[in-house]
Amino acid sequence: MRIVATDCGSTTTKAILIEEIDGVFRQTFRAEAPTTVEEPLADVTIGVTNSVTELQELSGYTLIADDGTVIRRAAGSKGDGCDVYISTSSAGGGLQMMVAGVVREMTAESAKRAALGAGAIVMDTIASNDRRRPHEQIQRIRELRPDMVLISGGTDGGDGKKVVELAELIAPARPRPRFGGEYRLPLIFAGNKAVRGDIERIFSAEGFALSIVDNLRPTLEQENLGPARERIHDVFLEHVMAHAPGYDKLIEWTNAPIMPTPGAVGDILQTIARERKINVVGVDIGGATTDLFSVFGGVFNRTVSANLGMSYSVSNVCAEAGMEQVLRWVHLDMDERELRNRVKNKMIRPTTIPQTHEALVFEQAVAREALRLAYAQHRAFATKLKGVQQQRTVGDTFRQDEGAGSIVDPMLLDLLVASGGVLSHAPRFEQTFLLMIDSFEPTGFTEIAKDSIFMMPHLGVLASINPRAAMEVFERDCLVPLGWCAAPKGDVRIGKPALSFELRGASGMIAQGTLSGGQIRLVRLGVGERATLEVRPERGLDMGAGAGKPVSRTIEGGQVGVLIDARGRPLHFPADHAGRRTMVASWVQAAEVYEGA
Amino acid sequence: MTKAYTPGLKVSASTTYRVRRLLPVPGDVRVQVGARVQADAVIAETFLDGDVFPVKAASLLGVPPGELPPLMLKQIGDTVQIGDVIAQSKGIFGMMRTQAKSTAAGTIESISGTTGMVLLRGPQTPVQVRAFVCGEVVEVMPREGAVIETPAAFIQGIFGVGGESWGPLVAAAAQPAEDLTAQRITPAMKGAVVFAGGRMTAEAIAAARSVGVAALVCGGIDDADLKDVLGHDLGVAVTGSERIGITLIVTEGFGSIAMARRTFDLLISLSGKQASVNGATQIRAGVIRPEITVPLAECSSASVASRGATAGLLHVGTPIRIIRDPYFGLIGSVSCLPEKPEVLASGSLARVLEVKLEDGTHVTVPRANVELMEG
Repeated sequence: MRIVATDCGSTTTKAILIEEIDGVFRQTFRAEAPTTVEEPLADVTIGVTNSVTELQELSGYTLIADDGTVIRRAAGSKGDGCDVYISTSSAGGGLQMMVAGVVREMTAESAKRAALGAGAIVMDTIASNDRRRPHEQIQRIRELRPDMVLISGGTDGGDGKKVVELAELIAPARPRPRFGGEYRLPLIFAGNKAVRGDIERIFSAEGFALSIVDNLRPTLEQENLGPARERIHDVFLEHVMAHAPGYDKLIEWTNAPIMPTPGAVGDILQTIARERKINVVGVDIGGATTDLFSVFGGVFNRTVSANLGMSYSVSNVCAEAGMEQVLRWVHLDMDERELRNRVKNKMIRPTTIPQTHEALVFEQAVAREALRLAYAQHRAFATKLKGVQQQRTVGDTFRQDEGAGSIVDPMLLDLLVASGGVLSHAPRFEQTFLLMIDSFEPTGFTEIAKDSIFMMPHLGVLASINPRAAMEVFERDCLVPLGWCAAPKGDVRIGKPALSFELRGASGMIAQGTLSGGQIRLVRLGVGERATLEVRPERGLDMGAGAGKPVSRTIEGGQVGVLIDARGRPLHFPADHAGRRTMVASWVQAAEVYEGA
Repeated sequence: MTKAYTPGLKVSASTTYRVRRLLPVPGDVRVQVGARVQADAVIAETFLDGDVFPVKAASLLGVPPGELPPLMLKQIGDTVQIGDVIAQSKGIFGMMRTQAKSTAAGTIESISGTTGMVLLRGPQTPVQVRAFVCGEVVEVMPREGAVIETPAAFIQGIFGVGGESWGPLVAAAAQPAEDLTAQRITPAMKGAVVFAGGRMTAEAIAAARSVGVAALVCGGIDDADLKDVLGHDLGVAVTGSERIGITLIVTEGFGSIAMARRTFDLLISLSGKQASVNGATQIRAGVIRPEITVPLAECSSASVASRGATAGLLHVGTPIRIIRDPYFGLIGSVSCLPEKPEVLASGSLARVLEVKLEDGTHVTVPRANVELMEG
């Protein structure tokens, strides 16, 4: 079997070829070409044809017909073409939605979760209690130019007045769709089913294309996002994609519905979490945005940090985090005024790459802050359902740890997956490895991997029609194992004993030692090598079994190995400039981050 | 492979400039094909829906929502002023009546028996679209707008703030490396598009604003100065709607950086002519760069410029600008395009090219770090 998959991004269309070789699916060739959604070409299929033509040249198979379409061969045929062609898309700004719900922390949040899970960028969330006055809300709705609106509100059988009130605000505001002209703005209602008649009446005369699905919060205790998410995908295809240049043709070319890129990434991560029975966090840091995905206890969450990225949004990362926070990761001398101008120059010329060592160090420092900010936003969003009555003990009353209520618990995280330019194209695996550990601060034992060539979107769509092929390629060609991080939770005292460890392989002791607070140690353990790692934390530090209790675990090596991290959680830096630089330099050296460092 | 694809900024002494001028919502187009228009001529106009003001009438009257409609004194479509009584309760034996009053001037848009809310629609807002450049109307899109065309000199900047503006082009420097200081701004520059070579300083921008200069065009600007002008740190380069009383355009980038000689010489040659400028920049999918357009009497080139990004191919000999440190801002020409990727000082493997700089030295840079200087 031969599968061609494309991902039409804002700037590049990436094509991959997947083939069944000796009964196993493998990704064999990769090609790319500039995306052609914008003027002057304004036809996405030209970029698709160009990227698949390059795939054709690399593979030697004939994949493109004279008219530029992707050739599909007859079932069982060994001839030209492919058996399946699939695609994802985030071109033209992806899917942009406005969502609304009655209570910000409840139905509005569920609506936002549904939209994000479907792969949308949420432009704004309107709620009856969002602290804006009604005329301010109406003004905001009028300013937005969404592709689609999702309205939720009220539990089934509950009070319907508030959600009708919300609809009565949205309808006369007449939000104008991005594509303008005769386009009727798609509006999905997923709220209290008792008021469907009112909703139909309100939106019938206002130039909306209304569709009604099951309530996404039928009871306070239950969230039912499936129907809304599916409808978002359908509307994305029927309305949004059909109005984007060339997509009418592309829809006909593909064997499965075109999915928004982040939606497809979410699907493959959910598949992997389900198959391996693990908790996963995945990140895709791009030029403009950072997408975070998590699956904890089977619950999927996605967030998009719209203005945290490494090129278009790099200036915003520095503004939001503060230059001081960025520079704390830097172990070299740098001039701040010069750096500020460089950041702006990267913003206005986003396609440039670091040429010097100093530029790379600074870029990776910015990436750490972008990821930390995006992860904090994700943890705050990925919570248990709010509005549900819970029994609390006296002990809970005094617990006020950061991210309380978040289901993303670093101690329970099994696998952390990195993707996106700054992580995928870092010159050394060690850079990606330490960058992920510094940014996400995993605790306990955590495996870290990276997406080799960002093929998770392709595999997400593939999973919808051939799950086996998607899983096989994901395991063998997509994920590059970098290694493991073992880090206790709790505050350490710099220079005082923090933990001791032993790493034993099949043929005996590989490494052992004691680490003081603030230290890290890298032990090389290659891909496929198995070993048992035992970590014995000092009093007050927790590896997952309770403070001071030893924990051992069987792990498998990666391109980097195992990092024993005694810096404590959360990470702290010495207050003085010289002390901080010395400490960061020691980390860089211990983790062999830069050649000759 | 001896070619590479890289985006560039357009600097053209003579081209056919074409611009689409469209209304945000359908309206009336005021010009016809063939008409000659000035930059400030109104091309099309329309009205935007007025603002919406909700009044919780039922709760103001203290009645259930379903009882509101018969208590309304004003009906859908009626005009109201601020403070007008729009609904009134029956009271007790006609006494102690409570009232709901209008919170805005406008018309009654809807009365809801479900929520008890009355929506008022404020007056419409007029919107006009002007020609932006002096030229000829070559196409009319009914109810949407028109396309204006003119022979022109055309320069794309790299970054700008502030929207559309126009005025005579005035030089404030004699050399491309000379910074624009406050001393170079004079009262005679009121309403003009002023250009200099190097960096525009914060003091110069302040002086230009106080004099009433229409726009400043320079090689560079310091990030700290931009922050002062805007009042905040710019996070994402989507600009054009700032209300700062002036349009600012830089042609090279951030920092102390001289304007490319070619751009500077072209501007010098156009001094005194009417220029139309737009600082709007959008660096996302659908790139928009700021632009300086100077309409000419006639065009000596067959090329066509229109709003949007340009792109082209690199060959040996192509003039380019280096757009990242350590050689940021230097100009030269491609001297070699090695086929195989090379390891950079950062450790990354990337495709590179060799550049012969203006001083005759050769440097190697990643292909991603240069841009074409397009004519």
